[in-house]
Amino acid sequence: MEEKTILADPIPQEKESKEAVVDIKGLKKTFGSKKVLKSITLTLAKGENLVVLGKSGTGKSVLIKCMMRLIQPDEGEIQVLGKNILQLKEKELNDMRKSIGFLFQSAALYDSMTVGENLEFPLRGEKKVSVEEKSKRVVEALQNVGLQDSINKMPSELSGGMRKRIGLARTMMLKPKIMLYDEPTTGLDPITSKEISKLILDVQKKYNTSSIIITHDMECARITANRIIILKEGEVAIEGTYEELKKSEDEWIRSFFE
Amino acid sequence: MVDTVDKQTNGKSKEVLTDCEVINNRDGYSFHSFFADIGALSSFTLRFFREAIRPPYEFNEFLRQSYLIGVKSFGLVGITGFIMGLVLTIQSRPTLAVFGAEAWLPAMVAISIVREIGPVITAVICAGKVGSSIGAELASMKVTEQIDAMEVSGINPFNYIVVTRVLACTFMIPLLTVFADAIGLLGGFAGVNIKGDTSFSLYFLQVFNSLDFMDLFPSLIKSFFFGQAVGIIGCYKGYNCNEGTEGVGKAANSAVVMASLSIFIIDMVAVQITSFFM
Repeated sequence: MEEKTILADPIPQEKESKEAVVDIKGLKKTFGSKKVLKSITLTLAKGENLVVLGKSGTGKSVLIKCMMRLIQPDEGEIQVLGKNILQLKEKELNDMRKSIGFLFQSAALYDSMTVGENLEFPLRGEKKVSVEEKSKRVVEALQNVGLQDSINKMPSELSGGMRKRIGLARTMMLKPKIMLYDEPTTGLDPITSKEISKLILDVQKKYNTSSIIITHDMECARITANRIIILKEGEVAIEGTYEELKKSEDEWIRSFFE
Repeated sequence: MVDTVDKQTNGKSKEVLTDCEVINNRDGYSFHSFFADIGALSSFTLRFFREAIRPPYEFNEFLRQSYLIGVKSFGLVGITGFIMGLVLTIQSRPTLAVFGAEAWLPAMVAISIVREIGPVITAVICAGKVGSSIGAELASMKVTEQIDAMEVSGINPFNYIVVTRVLACTFMIPLLTVFADAIGLLGGFAGVNIKGDTSFSLYFLQVFNSLDFMDLFPSLIKSFFFGQAVGIIGCYKGYNCNEGTEGVGKAANSAVVMASLSIFIIDMVAVQITSFFM
């Protein structure tokens, strides 16, 4: 008998009344002569999972890297938790970054550290967190992703799915309010992809995070999305729920769902 | 005409040029990129000094890097130092014998090793072993987004990765140089005794009588600079790698080439400055 997949609510509860935790206006970024982001405007409500779809090279990853200021945009405004992230000084920016978790496509685990050390690494500057509390958080984070036995393993000993889970656990160490996922299921088999998608949903429910999920995996989008936007040539082409977009009469939009 | 070439795209703006235009622009670009590289390296070095004095101080990582860079290089530096002393002694003996100056062999070997051969050979070996390893490691971290991952955790990756490695190189390479000098002198002792019969105490008495402060001090000072050059160039090449996995190999290779060249340039300047005071 097929297991029933728990999906995200198509429309987040009280969405209209919820404050926007991310508000992007007129974001532009050009690399050389290529305009990657032409003018992106979007908002992310508190507790919402927003999936960003689009063909390769449409600027999805650039968009979330601009939000972390890993890439400096040319124009536009990015308000995160009420602060314009592009105007923050180094210390304020670092503090802000601690409120945002970022799961990289490759998980970006530190090769020279064990899983435990990887998880503890984001807490190294937190003087208010005691050593016992740090160890407790590591164990808790590993339990959340179901990998409590991997604490002493090196990243090279882990499979792709395990790396992604550990990467997710590491981003949760600072208990961020916003999560950014850069293609979280890329390179994984369908079963592991589904597990990662469910984990994303669990994180949203357990920690009440708001998330932007960049993906090409429609199953991941189906499971995790409260709302979906599709980028086309550096602009938001359309937005809606999974079901709305699936029923779209536009052939190009439907092609994502086939 | 290419107006700007963004590092993130590795010059993707060239897509708009024809093949012919790319070839025609290549020399100009290389010339420009050479000076851009020098400018970027200077700015990287200045950033190192700024970050080195700013907390947090990553003392544990500095110790770990000192172990990896210093302790793990003792074997290689020791073997090279011994062979260096042995070969220098064997090669020099016939020439000194012509002038009847074989008795000066320990003094000649000591001065050559301590003043010049020890620091330079040690630094060149470290440029190959340590510089390439730092270049490749950081480039690989950059390519696999590990450096970005540190940044998004609110941790200064420059402080954690670059400052600790450069400082470890700066302090470990002089120590390795002293070790290479000592082992090189032992090699010299072995070389002297292949065709002669000099006691251990007589050999080292002659060695220490021939050396003074102005032989040791400048060579130690310049080995600090050699260490810093190896560390900074290795880190610079790795930290600024933007060309995917291919860039990892390039970063390691260019770190060795540039560090080795800079060692000889620093040595040339150091010799000029030392001779001014002697």
